[in-house]
Amino acid sequence: MADAQSLKQLVLGRKDVQDMSDEESELPPELMTVNMGPSHPAMHGTVRIVLTVDGEKIVKSDIQPGYLHRCFEKESEYATYTQVFPYTDRLNYVSPMINNVGWAMAVEKLLGLTGKLPRRAEYIRVIVSEMSRMTDHLTCIGASAMELGAFTPFLYFLKAREWLYELLEKISGARLTHSYARVGGVVKDLPLDFEADLTLCLDKIDPVIVDVEKMLLSNKIFYDRVVGIGAMSREDAIKTGCVGPIARAAGVDYDVRRDFPYSVYPELEFDVPLGTTGDCYDRYLVRLEELRQCARILRQCMRQIPEGAFVVDDPRVAMPPKKDAYNTIESMIRHFKHIVDGIRVPPGEAYAFLEGGNGELGFFVVADGTGRPYKAYCRSPSFVHLSTASQLIHDHYIADVVPIFGMINMIGGECDK
Amino acid sequence: MSQKVLAALTAAFPDAVVRTGSAHDDETAWIKREELLAVATWLRDDPAMAFDAPVFCTCIDWIDWRPVGRPVSEHWSETKPRFTVCYQLRSVAHKHRIRLEVELPEHDPRLPSLADVWPAFNWQERETFDMYGIRFDGHPDLRRIYLYEEFVGYPLRKDYPKEKRQPLVRRDDLPVNPLKAPHARHESDNK
Amino acid sequence: MGLELSTTRLEDAAKWAKQSKLARVPEWGRKFSLFTYPFVTACCGMEFMSVAAPKYDIARFGAEFPRFSPRQSDLLMIVGTITEKQGPALKRVYDQMAEPKWVIAFGVCASTGGFYQNYHAMPGADQVIPVDVYIPGCPPRPEQVLDALMMLMDRIQDGRGHSQLRLKRDQMIASAQSDDGQ
Repeated sequence: MADAQSLKQLVLGRKDVQDMSDEESELPPELMTVNMGPSHPAMHGTVRIVLTVDGEKIVKSDIQPGYLHRCFEKESEYATYTQVFPYTDRLNYVSPMINNVGWAMAVEKLLGLTGKLPRRAEYIRVIVSEMSRMTDHLTCIGASAMELGAFTPFLYFLKAREWLYELLEKISGARLTHSYARVGGVVKDLPLDFEADLTLCLDKIDPVIVDVEKMLLSNKIFYDRVVGIGAMSREDAIKTGCVGPIARAAGVDYDVRRDFPYSVYPELEFDVPLGTTGDCYDRYLVRLEELRQCARILRQCMRQIPEGAFVVDDPRVAMPPKKDAYNTIESMIRHFKHIVDGIRVPPGEAYAFLEGGNGELGFFVVADGTGRPYKAYCRSPSFVHLSTASQLIHDHYIADVVPIFGMINMIGGECDK
Repeated sequence: MSQKVLAALTAAFPDAVVRTGSAHDDETAWIKREELLAVATWLRDDPAMAFDAPVFCTCIDWIDWRPVGRPVSEHWSETKPRFTVCYQLRSVAHKHRIRLEVELPEHDPRLPSLADVWPAFNWQERETFDMYGIRFDGHPDLRRIYLYEEFVGYPLRKDYPKEKRQPLVRRDDLPVNPLKAPHARHESDNK
Repeated sequence: MGLELSTTRLEDAAKWAKQSKLARVPEWGRKFSLFTYPFVTACCGMEFMSVAAPKYDIARFGAEFPRFSPRQSDLLMIVGTITEKQGPALKRVYDQMAEPKWVIAFGVCASTGGFYQNYHAMPGADQVIPVDVYIPGCPPRPEQVLDALMMLMDRIQDGRGHSQLRLKRDQMIASAQSDDGQ
């Protein structure tokens, strides 16, 4: 018997389970290091988390972003102010119009054009921003729900997102990376019959939101997975720099559209939903309610939008209309200088910020008088929120990382710039 | 509204504030680097200031600064500081904002870390270190965040070429572009 | 237009008639049941979601099931920009896949780097792994993706994917060596 046991030990390299005493057969209490990512289905963007787990509970985590660092700042230094717009599209690629408008606002601040844009241009910017905010929230909720196993809300919200994409494609020419805003306004006017199209789209989306709400929020499985997970207190949210739906879910009453109003938001009526506990359930609720508020803002805009120009009437900033550019020499030269040299922005530095899909998205621009920015920094909310993720997932199970990461809505392009 | 902030700051720390400015709706205060921690803690704790929300932390590299339409004395020269680290802060209660800027020379780009004052600056300072090479004294975990450890250099400095890649891995059967790799010539070229 | 189409169909039919029916079956099975590994990094991921969504349904082509393990998948879709930091991870995922495997570079960032020509964005995923089909577009329209998938399926049927050619070459070398041995 002893020979068989020692032979088994020789072969296995340790004692066989039947030969161990009760204490010996307890699982070893060592901590284990588990790697999540950078290519992982539960990661919304591409980020690597090195988890140190005790069984299934997370003891320590090291979050490593940077797998999508595409050098927005360095590329901006070599591009004219108008050429930076496609780069900003790809920052928060689920709500690209908002990034475009933000960059345009930053350059306009340096040029002294804030508040001097034609009202139609401002309304158009607000309309496309709110549509982009809707696509952001639809994607976030849909994808996070799918990661928790709810595949149907994902498909419903993607169907709703397709309607919005078709409309955005009608406006700007591209489904995802629009580059629609320009310094001084937007690149072209809204298409004909836009009001009818948008009203139809919103009327189709409203019942979809109601359906998904019924499917998710009173669903016990979903409720058990998200309630109490990743809770953040109000003070923590403020001092870690959280903004947007995450901060509002924690009780921080901050919305750039209401507190530092820009564009035509003072003329629009909307509510800002606030949560209490800051857990994932509150974040879902805040985002769902914001979808409804976006639809409300869009309907008001359609009623209030005036006729007029879509770009400011300043030859230093705006491109000439094509009719003039093809027929007069001055406009042709102006067109040429705009494209080759860019818009000459007087030297200075400014920080302009607006409410992005994830919170306060800001651009800090340093201009040196040429047509290219000297420095263009993007204050990305996803980066700041990702830094809080480490303490959010502490003491949770590995399976809880999924809803927490989903609801932080860490967009890789914005986080890694 | 934020002008009162600048006035109160200059009154409380007259020797720390080098100069103040207000342009394009932004209030900015240039602070000496030795006093930065004291100023930051006061800005956070003083009830009239209450700057509890950090916004961003970044750096500007002035070495190529030749502004158009300004006199040559404003261009960068060796005597001027090369880097300026900017911190933007916001107050939730009073809704005012301020930007603190600290000027650093090229040979000694170090300044005290504000990661303990506002936790958000932990990662933002790591990003500034990664991109510009600014060292933050007292930072709990100063290492690269966007780039990998094997990367040499600080890419957002103006003297780092944009397209200088430092690849970690490449295929071994990759075709060579003779225009970009002139040393890899075909052996029949010399005949 | 109609005449051109029917001529191509005749050529296709002639080519098919040359091959024996049984030899076509394994490749036919493979091409209509691709298990994708969507290596999603960036904005193209949104278009990938749209392709998988009901409107531009990729399930019609049998490629609906994303297998998030390289061991279980045979189509690696590189969706989005690959950076230098991501290179080792991409190579590792590709190496872990079992042969035969195919690679689609989805989007212009994965094909050539796109307009990101800088110190961190890799100028195309083919710097690290061999790619079978490149889809240009920033991001490509879902119809483009489906067109590329059909091109890939034609390639799979012809046996011209990189890993299929590699396998065939290894088999030819092995049979040549065994012939020499004998």
